Amino acid sequence: MDQDVEKILVRGNEAVAMGAIDAGCRLFFGYPITPQNEIPEYLSKHLPPLGGEFIQAESEIASINLLLGASATGTRAMSSSSSPGISLMQEGLSYMAGSELPVVIVNISRSGPGLGGISASQGDYFQATRGGGHGDYRMIVLAPSTVQEMYDLTFLAFDLADKYRNPAMILGDALIGQMKEPLIRKKPAKMDLPPKDWALTGAKGRKPNRIKSLYLQEGELTEHNWKLYQKYERMKREEVRFEMVNTEDANFILVAFGSMARVSKTAMELAREEGMRVGLFRPITLFPYPEKTLLDLSKKVKKFLTVELNTGQMVEDVKLSVDRDAEVFFYGKPPGALPPPEEILEEIKKYYR
Amino acid sequence: MELVFKRPECLIDVPFHFCPGCHHGIVHRLVAEAIDHFKIREKTIGVASVGCSVFMYDYFDIDVVEAPHGRASAVASGVKRARKDLIVFTIQGDGDLGAIGIAEGIHTANRGENITLIFANNGIYGMTGGQMAPTTLLGQKTTTSPYGRDFSYDGYPIRMAEMMATLEGSAFVARVAVNNPSNLMKAKRAIRKAFQMQIEGIGFSMVEVLMSCPTNWGLSSLEANRRVEEEMIPYFPLGILKERKMADYL
Repeated sequence: MDQDVEKILVRGNEAVAMGAIDAGCRLFFGYPITPQNEIPEYLSKHLPPLGGEFIQAESEIASINLLLGASATGTRAMSSSSSPGISLMQEGLSYMAGSELPVVIVNISRSGPGLGGISASQGDYFQATRGGGHGDYRMIVLAPSTVQEMYDLTFLAFDLADKYRNPAMILGDALIGQMKEPLIRKKPAKMDLPPKDWALTGAKGRKPNRIKSLYLQEGELTEHNWKLYQKYERMKREEVRFEMVNTEDANFILVAFGSMARVSKTAMELAREEGMRVGLFRPITLFPYPEKTLLDLSKKVKKFLTVELNTGQMVEDVKLSVDRDAEVFFYGKPPGALPPPEEILEEIKKYYR
Repeated sequence: MELVFKRPECLIDVPFHFCPGCHHGIVHRLVAEAIDHFKIREKTIGVASVGCSVFMYDYFDIDVVEAPHGRASAVASGVKRARKDLIVFTIQGDGDLGAIGIAEGIHTANRGENITLIFANNGIYGMTGGQMAPTTLLGQKTTTSPYGRDFSYDGYPIRMAEMMATLEGSAFVARVAVNNPSNLMKAKRAIRKAFQMQIEGIGFSMVEVLMSCPTNWGLSSLEANRRVEEEMIPYFPLGILKERKMADYL
């Protein structure tokens, strides 16, 4: 480990804010909502001394549109919110996807529907991975399961957003946002990114740049949608990220992301102690989903148990990914208390045989 | 012979798509003249709002970003916060600013965002085909107020300029019209002044322009100009409502 890189104890939300600063983000626009307030609080204090700006906007609708304007100039900017606030941002996210503008949005999700509650939940999986707003688009979705990943993936999200000129989302939850863990604040290697020659900087010595999502001429919009599609296909080829634990000898695999992957990992260890060959598959990118890897796994493993903090969302992607003769079981917990590992162990035993 | 009138340099040489008699073309020209006057074409960013004004990028020879409906002033603020060296303006219609985007408009003014907002008020939804706007006058018939706007049913037309002028954050607020040469010259001065306020960093500037929509009003161009004079101006009085001399006046 580098001598000058210290290990610090921070909250997940603070790690997100640090990752953003280290990625060069200098603008934050947001609106308070639990359980993500440590992010705007940290950035309202730390951005101005760096020459950046923090605006507490009048709503999440304003936040996302302030971001749209800032992003149009090629500047790195972000917002964070939680589920109901993310719903309000969907209009802007659709416009930004359509206008091909990079942005990083952090969803420290809470439980719903409606006002719901502030407990950990994974009920926003569909909203995050299916586009969320109107129109045929996708967002890059990264799901951290540790405080370290809150930092690393936030940093990565800025690079991916710029690489693809597309919104990228960090999908965390109350548990990972609020808990403290050691963080090694070391900048990951930065990607080689294309120049932002599309940015609005004033039409000096060049033709004016236009950033828009309205296409009315015959065939234009069809072409634009195919272009976006090609971009999403490229993400599927180049950006899939996941973690596999004990899958080499496994004949039963748990599939879980975010905070549920942590509980599932302990459940896997308990199962191993009892002689069951259980592995864990943890998608880190929820879009693009690691469908190819899951398919390959399902050529030799035929039993999958998907565990989620909802009544069944990611399980659909697992079913779509695996081989036809693989069995996919589901264990879901709606918002409330997280299930203890023993509860998942009981589920494993039900199907392991 | 002396050249007394020409196309502003920052307007692209193409015909406007606007209906005959519509004032949008005039307002585009006045804005373009202001940009030319201050020689800021190469550092001006336009924000296109949703409505008839959305095609701004087909006419202005400058960088343009398109905003979602109602959000143009928030988008403009985002551009300005990221690049304070740029000059940022938007042309928002009455539906955009007075209805769906009223929250964004008010808070943009209240934060004193150093941008210029041209508020195109023709009292009707032009692009969607003539529905009632927040500034539709009482008694005025539209496709969604077929019996005429009734205050007990639809509420009152909103005076945006007066509302924005009450906010401590706004630096310059004016209401103008372009229905005759005299009003047009005042409008030209007000729009130029609004850009000047931004260039000097004094703060949020807004010019409300009373505009005609002959197509959706069901009037000829001349009749529409007369309606601006006889029906709109009495309810929406013209003039400079507010003019600060410095940014931090308190």
